[in-house]
Amino acid sequence: MLYANTDIDTVDRPPIPGPRKGKAQVTKASQDLSQQTTWMLAVRDARDQAAFAALFDYFAPRLKGFIIRSGAGAGQAEEIVQEVMLTVWRKSDQFDPARAQVSAWVYQIARNKQIDVFRKEQRPLPEALTQDPEADPDASQIIALEQEAGKLRQALALLKPDQRSVIEQAYLGELSHQEISTQTGLPLGTIKSRIRLALEKLRHELKEIR
Amino acid sequence: MTAITHHIPDPLLAAYAAGNLPAPYALVVATHISMCLECRAAFDAHQAAGGVVLENIDQEPLSSDLKSSTLALLDRPAPAKPTYKRSGVFPGPVMEVLKGKPPKWKSLGLGVRQSILSSGPAGSARLLYIPPGQAVPDHSHNGLELTLVLQGSFSDSEGRFGVGDLEVADQDVEHTPTADEGAPCICIAATDAPLRFNSFVPRMLQPLFRI
Ligand SMILES: [Zn+2]
Repeated sequence: MLYANTDIDTVDRPPIPGPRKGKAQVTKASQDLSQQTTWMLAVRDARDQAAFAALFDYFAPRLKGFIIRSGAGAGQAEEIVQEVMLTVWRKSDQFDPARAQVSAWVYQIARNKQIDVFRKEQRPLPEALTQDPEADPDASQIIALEQEAGKLRQALALLKPDQRSVIEQAYLGELSHQEISTQTGLPLGTIKSRIRLALEKLRHELKEIR
Repeated sequence: MTAITHHIPDPLLAAYAAGNLPAPYALVVATHISMCLECRAAFDAHQAAGGVVLENIDQEPLSSDLKSSTLALLDRPAPAKPTYKRSGVFPGPVMEVLKGKPPKWKSLGLGVRQSILSSGPAGSARLLYIPPGQAVPDHSHNGLELTLVLQGSFSDSEGRFGVGDLEVADQDVEHTPTADEGAPCICIAATDAPLRFNSFVPRMLQPLFRI
């Protein structure tokens, strides 16, 4: 249980984790990571059910609030919450902390599931970029992305209530593309550049293994 | 391969990330993202924003047994779902609609061919095959039209569009995309309304031919 091993030494911890044989190293460097990321990596790399339970406690009440906001009844909302959380467990190998926060990843799963249930259609999704399991996980990239997400969180908190509610509406899927203005008020430029770097690196690695 | 210069406008990308783009457009957007790192990064950034909204939403208390019943299901095998990879010039999202098979082309005359991927109240998506120098029949449409190049290139009043480039034409644009010299131009096009062709097929026959 790597996740339970929280008393790791702080002295000779490598700044960037080595190759993940058994995918363990990234959790070792993880005390700088958010709890959610640590839990998610424990789920992905060690199938850690306790970490999953912690993710459930954090996300399930939010997911239920989110899904009810989108018009579902309480009972149906809980069914969807359960399916979303099961997908988090089953598709955890697709989670890449260099490109997505746990909340961003869960958000997409939730939206897909809602479209599935409410519109009875499958949303077309981009081709998945598979990670090279041998590649070094880049802790500095993961931490940098978390910092950007933190800034995004602050920016949202600092918006005037009516601006914030427009953004909530947009990401709850309540606004059409005609209704979404080019200026949403959220600074997405820096987080986008950060993700872009991770994608370049991934593409480079994928070329090397082919 | 030349770099992609025509990308997805941000409101379309935001609506796609939020799951609120009509299905034919969503297919074209998903296809472009499969070809374009720039837009994939922007898409991921919108997901990050969606994640932040999710983190801050008002929480709802759960039924007491929801957690235990979810944990009890963890050992069940996941339902198998086929995944479709890129095949030739067709990225994964297109292959998914085609269910892994090659497209069934229908002639529109003068060497131009189309293959309808979907057609319904939310609009239509289709593949177009245009020989070099040949124009897509002059047409106008009720709403927004997205055209993404998968092979070759075309040019019209809005510029030149090569592999990966996305043309976004609203209803005011009456354009005549013409395939450039070289390989035949293959693209995927989506509208939110049935197409209204100005030539080739009389309008009254449209329902019959589904174009
Ligand atoms: Zn692009």
